[in-house]
Amino acid sequence: MANKLIVSLSPHVHGGDSVQKNMYGVLVALVPALLVSFYMFGLGAVAVTLTSVAACVFFEWSITKYILRRERSTIMDGSAAVTGVLLAFNLPSNLPLWIIVIGALVSVGIAKMTFGGLGCNPFNPALAGRIFLLISFPVQMTSWPVPGQLASYTDAETAATPLALMKQAIHGDTGALDRLPGSLDLFLGNNPGCIGEISALALLLGLAYMLWKKIITWHIPVSILATVFVFTGLMHLSDPTVYASPLAHLFTGGLMLGAIFMATDYVTSPMTHKGMVIYGVAIGFLTVVIRVFGSYPEGMSFAIFIMNAFTPLINTYCKPKRFGEVVKK
Amino acid sequence: MRTFRIGGVHPEENKLSAGKPIRAAELPKQAVFPLSQHIGAPAVPVVRRGDTVKVGTKIAEAGGFVSASVFSSVSGKVNKIDSVVDASGYRKPAIFIDVEGDEWEEGIDRSDTLVSECTLSPEEIIRKVKEAGVVGMGGACFPTYVKLTPPPGTRAECVIINGVECEPYLTADHRLMLEKTDEILVGVTLLMRAVKVDKAYIGIENNKPDAIRKMAERAAAYPGVEVVPLKVKYPQGGEKQLIDAVIRRQVPDPPALPVHVGAVVQNVGTAFAVYEAVQKNKPLIERVVTVTGKSLADPSNFRVRLGTPMSQLIDAAGGLPEDTGKVIGGGPMMGKALATVEVPVCKGSSGVLVMNGKEARRSAPQPCIHCAKCVSVCAMGLEPYLLATCSAHGDWERVEREHIMSCIECGSCQFTCPSHRPMLDYIRLGKNKVGGIIRARNAKK
Repeated sequence: MANKLIVSLSPHVHGGDSVQKNMYGVLVALVPALLVSFYMFGLGAVAVTLTSVAACVFFEWSITKYILRRERSTIMDGSAAVTGVLLAFNLPSNLPLWIIVIGALVSVGIAKMTFGGLGCNPFNPALAGRIFLLISFPVQMTSWPVPGQLASYTDAETAATPLALMKQAIHGDTGALDRLPGSLDLFLGNNPGCIGEISALALLLGLAYMLWKKIITWHIPVSILATVFVFTGLMHLSDPTVYASPLAHLFTGGLMLGAIFMATDYVTSPMTHKGMVIYGVAIGFLTVVIRVFGSYPEGMSFAIFIMNAFTPLINTYCKPKRFGEVVKK
Repeated sequence: MRTFRIGGVHPEENKLSAGKPIRAAELPKQAVFPLSQHIGAPAVPVVRRGDTVKVGTKIAEAGGFVSASVFSSVSGKVNKIDSVVDASGYRKPAIFIDVEGDEWEEGIDRSDTLVSECTLSPEEIIRKVKEAGVVGMGGACFPTYVKLTPPPGTRAECVIINGVECEPYLTADHRLMLEKTDEILVGVTLLMRAVKVDKAYIGIENNKPDAIRKMAERAAAYPGVEVVPLKVKYPQGGEKQLIDAVIRRQVPDPPALPVHVGAVVQNVGTAFAVYEAVQKNKPLIERVVTVTGKSLADPSNFRVRLGTPMSQLIDAAGGLPEDTGKVIGGGPMMGKALATVEVPVCKGSSGVLVMNGKEARRSAPQPCIHCAKCVSVCAMGLEPYLLATCSAHGDWERVEREHIMSCIECGSCQFTCPSHRPMLDYIRLGKNKVGGIIRARNAKK
C-alpha cells in the first residue's frame, strides 16, 4: 500500500473542547460585569482593566520566552487575559498604573509562572496579586471612588463601601446599617467597590452563561452563596441592628465575583463534586467569619486563598462515587 | 427515559449508513481464519494443508472451557496454516483457505423461512450454541455458551439484550434489528429458555426510533420480551452501563459478574447468531459489518463471510480514498486503528471506519488544567486525570489503590479533555502493569 496509515489507540475522535474555548468562555462571561464597571466608573475602569490585562499578558509572554525559554508561547490560551481581567476586577478604579503593574507581576510572575505556568499553580494568580497589593498598599487599595464620575481617574471622589458600613455597625455604630444603599442598588451595582464586584446582576449573568456553556458546574458558587446566606441570615435574626441582612451580604463586596469567577478557577479548586461542595461551604463560612469577626471588612479573597491551600487535601480524601460501590439488592 | 447513572458523553453520532439495507458482500478469493477470534484459549486446528472444506465445516476445535470453535465460511482447499496480523494488531496463527465454488455442509438450513418453534431443553440449546462457535458479537467476543452457564450459587433473573450501538458511525445492529426482527426475537426467547428466566429487556437508544418501533411491535407476540428505549449516551453499550440503565442495578468490581445482580447480557447480533445456530443449524460463519466514513463514497452495511479481507469491503464501499489517514476496526471511541487493511473480518468485527488525514490527527496535548471534566464523565466513577498522571510516573501501587482495574477503556475522559491529554494511553499502560503485578501476586499465593 502506497500511503501509510496512522496507528494510535482509541478514542479516535475528540469532543472539540479546548483550553482556549474555556478561557475565552470565561472572558465572555465577564463582559456584563465589565460593561457595568465602564458605566459606573468610566475612564478609571478602562485604564485599570487595560493596564492589568496588558501587563499580565506581557509578563506571561516575556517569562515564557526569556526565563523559561519555551518555544511555544502560551499567551494565546487566554489564561493570562483571564487573570488580567480578574485582577482588575479586584482593584478600585482609582489605583495608580504602577501599582497595577506590580500586581500583575505578582499574579503572573510569582503565583503562576514560578510554579510552571497554567495548570501548575497552587493558588489563584489574580487573588495572589490582589492580596499582595492589599497588604502592600492598604491606603490605595481601600479608597473607593463613588460611581458616576466617568471622566475622573486617580482624582475621583471616594466614599466608604457598604462592607465598611457593616463593619462599623458591628463595632457599635448603631446607625451605620441605615446608611447602606438599598438592596436593589446593591444588586445592580450602584455603590462604591472594586471594579468588577459591584453588580451582582452582571456577575449572575456571567454565571448563567458559564453554566449553560458547561464551563463550570453549580457546585462551588451555589455552596458558597448558600452558606453565606444561611450563616449571615442566622446572625441577622439574632440582632438586626448589628448584623446586616443576608441579602446585603450576598450583594456586597467581592462575594459574587469570588464565588462565581475566583473560587471556580479550575486549577485551584477540587476535582470532585463532593469536594467542590466542601470547598464552597468552607469558603462561605470563612468569608463570613472574616467579615464579621476579623479586622478586614472583606474576607472573600482570604477565604478562597486559604481554601486553595486545602484543595490537594480535599482531592486526597474526596473520591467520586464509584460504579457498583453500593449494590442495590 | 432511562439511562445509566454515572458519567457519560454524547459524541457526534454520524450514523451515515443507517438508511442502507444490509447487502451480501462478494465471496473472497482467499479466506483467513485466526484461531483466536474470542476471549480465552485459541482454537486448535482440525484440518491440514490440502484438506477440502465446505461452508460450515469445523476447521478448529475449542481449546478449553473458555474458547470457541472456528468454522469455515467458504468452500475450497486449505492452503496453509500460518499466521496473520488481525484487527488487534498482533500476529496470530490462522488457517488460510483458497475459495472454490460455494458448497455448503448438509443440514444447514439456508432458507429465509422463520423457524420459531423450539422444543429443546436449556442444556441442548446451550450445547448447540457452543457447537456453533457463537461468541459475543458486540466486540468483546466472550464465548456465549459460557455466559449461558452461570457459576454455581448464582441465579439469572432476566436476559438483557444490547441493541444500544452507542459507538458513533456503526449501524450493523440497527440494520439487523430492522431486517431480522423476528429472528432476533426468537433468539431472545431461546436465550431466556437457556438461562431459565421468563423476562427479557431489549435496550435500544432512542436515536433509532424505527428500530424501537419495529422491535416493540413484533415483541408483543413474544411473552416476557420488553423493548426499553434509552436516552442516547455513550458508553451505554458497555455491559455494566446497560444493566444499570435497564434494571437500575450496578455490578460490583470483579470477580462479581453481571449474573450476580441477576442479569445475563447478550448483543442483538448474538441473539441472531443463537437463532441461526439453534433453529437453522448454522454455525457462526457470517456477520454484519458496517463500512463507513465521511470520506467513503458509499458507506454500507454488508453481510460478510468471516475471513474476508477488510480491503475487499472498503473497495465495495467505494474504495479507500487518497487522503485516508486512519482505518479503524470498530467504532471511533473504542475501535482499533489498523496498520494494514489486509486484515480478515473476525467474529467481533462490527465495523470498518475510514478517516481522512485531518480527522485522524490528534491535537498536541497541553498541561492539565484540573477542570475536572474527566472526573464528571467517567462512567465508572474514577478519576482519570489521577490515574493517567500516576501511571505516567510509574506509581503502580497508587493506581491500583485508585481502582485503575475498574476502567472499561471507554475513552470518555480523553474525548472530553480540553487539554487533549492522552489519558487513556497512560491508563492502559497502568492497567497492563497492575494486571501483571496482580497475576504475579496471585501466583505466589
